[in-house]
Amino acid sequence: MSRKHGDWPLWEVFIRSRQGLSHKHVGSLHAADEAMALENARDVYTRRMEGLSIWVVPASAITASSPSEKDVMFDPANDKVYRHPTFYNLPDEIKNM
Amino acid sequence: MEGNNSSWLLWLADDALILGQRLSEWCGHGPVLEEDIALSNVALDLIGQARALLTLAGQREAKGRDEDQLAFFRTDRAFRNLLLVELPNGDFGDTIARQFLFDQFALLRYEALAQQTTDLELAAIAAKAVKEVRYHAAHSAKWIVRLGDGTDESKVRIQGSIDRLWEYTGEFFMDYGMDSQWADTGILPPLASFEMSWLKAVQDVLAEATLESPCADWMQKGGRMGEHTEHLSFLLAEMQVLPRTYPDAQW
Repeated sequence: MSRKHGDWPLWEVFIRSRQGLSHKHVGSLHAADEAMALENARDVYTRRMEGLSIWVVPASAITASSPSEKDVMFDPANDKVYRHPTFYNLPDEIKNM
Repeated sequence: MEGNNSSWLLWLADDALILGQRLSEWCGHGPVLEEDIALSNVALDLIGQARALLTLAGQREAKGRDEDQLAFFRTDRAFRNLLLVELPNGDFGDTIARQFLFDQFALLRYEALAQQTTDLELAAIAAKAVKEVRYHAAHSAKWIVRLGDGTDESKVRIQGSIDRLWEYTGEFFMDYGMDSQWADTGILPPLASFEMSWLKAVQDVLAEATLESPCADWMQKGGRMGEHTEHLSFLLAEMQVLPRTYPDAQW
């Protein structure tokens, strides 16, 4: 009858910090709806002036790669060193790269 | 009366201090982790407001009392807080109902204090508090709607909380003859003038929450004169025991 905390959906929280350009994942929390999720995120994750902007996303809306597919997903990139820009000769005039 | 506004600054300061102390009892006992932190945040905001207001009251009083002296070395009869804020927390619904009724009033009071230009020190404290209390008011109002328009059980229980606490709201607007201290100087309008705005704000939220707005025929009073419920003494005993036992204790 009475809903328990476990019944509330899980939300993933993303915060853009003062200096940051993009929102970064900081953690997750439970909330009954998006408004409560935003409030909870404010209370749980921005107590020490960590952020200027908050996104909350239902965890169920995130499609994640599976750890068991790690080999298939990422190993093929392993031997393709030519994808890294490491074979260019930098002119001496360029100081900061 | 001290002939300055230190005595009614204690009205503001003690409301914040006592409610902050009460709310902090939820720390570690909140219904869910997120709400536990939310309530503790509100409690800390209130205690921050109390510190600034007590410090100012101490300066205006000019008897050498600082915020700690005023918070920890006054007895219950010297406290000027509303009866509402000293009441025990009850269940989560009782706490939310008390917070909701108080937040809506505190917001109106701080907004008025932030706008006046007679007392600039007080205006600065109020301007900071307005931002905090706007959040508190939104938070408690959303919970009233969730509980009122929630399950059958939550609706019955939050309606009961509102009904039981209603008789403590009349004291918001009682001036105990002090209106002249601020109204004549333009710091704050007469307290009674807040009543209609408060009632409208409260009734709007209650209507959204599908709850009944209680009708009052009798209101509690006494807090502003130092005539408190027994609950305040127990609260003060816990809050004051350390500084009274070790008056020179430092962090």
